[in-house]
Amino acid sequence: MTEPAILLRRVAAGYDGMLAIEGVDLEVRPGELVALVGANGSGKSTLLKVIVGLLRPRHGDVRVFGGEPAAARSRMSYLPQQEHVRWDFPLTVESVVLMGRIGRLGVGRGPRRGDRDDAAAALGRVDAEYLRRRAVTDLSGGERQRVLLARALFADPEILLLDEPATGVDPTTEEQLMGVLAEEAGRGRTVLVATHDLASVMAHFQRVVCMNHGIVAQGDVSILRDDAVLRATYGGHRPEPSLMADEHHA
Amino acid sequence: MPDLVEPLTYAFVQRALIGATLVGVVCACVGVFVVLRGLAFLGDAVAHIAFPGVVVAFMAKTDLVIGGSIAAVAGALAIGLVGRRSGLREDTIIGVVFSGMFALGVVLFSSIRTYTGDLLGALLGDVLGISNEQLFLAAGTAAIVIAVLFLVWKEIVFVSFDPTGAAAAGLPVTRYDSLLLVLVGLAIAISIQIVGVVLVVALLVTPAATARLLARTLRHMLAFALLFAVISALAGIYASYYLNTASGGTIVLVATALFVVVWVIRALARDRAA
Repeated sequence: MTEPAILLRRVAAGYDGMLAIEGVDLEVRPGELVALVGANGSGKSTLLKVIVGLLRPRHGDVRVFGGEPAAARSRMSYLPQQEHVRWDFPLTVESVVLMGRIGRLGVGRGPRRGDRDDAAAALGRVDAEYLRRRAVTDLSGGERQRVLLARALFADPEILLLDEPATGVDPTTEEQLMGVLAEEAGRGRTVLVATHDLASVMAHFQRVVCMNHGIVAQGDVSILRDDAVLRATYGGHRPEPSLMADEHHA
Repeated sequence: MPDLVEPLTYAFVQRALIGATLVGVVCACVGVFVVLRGLAFLGDAVAHIAFPGVVVAFMAKTDLVIGGSIAAVAGALAIGLVGRRSGLREDTIIGVVFSGMFALGVVLFSSIRTYTGDLLGALLGDVLGISNEQLFLAAGTAAIVIAVLFLVWKEIVFVSFDPTGAAAAGLPVTRYDSLLLVLVGLAIAISIQIVGVVLVVALLVTPAATARLLARTLRHMLAFALLFAVISALAGIYASYYLNTASGGTIVLVATALFVVVWVIRALARDRAA
């Protein structure tokens, strides 16, 4: 049996004295494509931040490839929510994608030979090579998301953690992004995605983790058809059944 | 056409031109990040925080730039630290620290019973009075600031553009933020002799802001900021020489005029394109 890529045991974490998640047990194997679903404030982003090492858990144990998250940072790539990024900076798309490997370069060192070609290839994976010389100030919401995903791919990580990558993205781009993530999982990368789009989860993902300040259910995506699971996940904010998968991708 | 060579026959004008250009270049480099990150108020605050350091240095009969540097760097780091630990908004912390420290400088200043001409220079700038020693100190500090900034350029760009992504990539974001504040503090400290505490923020902000109006890439923004800073420094010194006006204020007025001209031209060009 291979070692889990991500392993959480009884994890609790939060901000300013408030716990956002409690009692989280989660195991993700290499090559799995996992969706985190839940209402706003259900702890999806908190869970991703704990895994990537941006937030220390108050209780419990977090292991990434068997060690501390900080020790595995170079093996992970994290795509934050768009609003945390200053899109008014005068940067080209290429320079943003090249940031994906800054953590490994060391101070005073510029891009290595081949990095620019790799950046172009990463942009190509998300159909955004034509944006390479474009200023980020001129990008649409969907283009921004593609650029951030290209940056994450350029880092060539073993684990991809994405926080609502489909926010502000048109359905075509979302389909395309999810397709890329499925490809990455097919190549053995572990992919964990926080999302609100249940239809997309049903269409593209193998496994779903339902969150409501902790994990209320997890398993095959078919559990999203279970009323009890949806009630436990969303409470009074249960999503409309029409948003579910079959209709969406008909 | 004024004679551009005649002022150069005076050593004090040569020193002023070199000094003003030097701090203009340093402030333009650091100012790019001050403008992009919205730190103009912080820059103004750090300049005022440097004042009590300058007064203490005067009282202790040591170099005013050293006193100002220590106070500016300590003040910039204190604002960052208190901002992170207090839970209050950064502008609130800046308001508290900035006014408190400047008040300390005013009280210390008022307690001095001897000649305080040099201190008035620190408040309003006295580039024509810059000595060789001050010039060497400013040049050394400028070299350190520029060297450090370019060494960590890509890291500071990353933590400024996407702090969460940078932290996830393993960059020590707080340390780079603190380093930037130290560089801002040093740039301000060596600029005080040129334009004074009151106007120093203009050297940090105005050339970089003018450059932002024109640039679409960071490299272009830096190049334009350097160009506008050098033009402001040289034209300001020459204008003050011929008009017999305060040099610091004249440098800032030239920088402001360049901003207005670029802004108007850009607005007209956009109207025409629309």
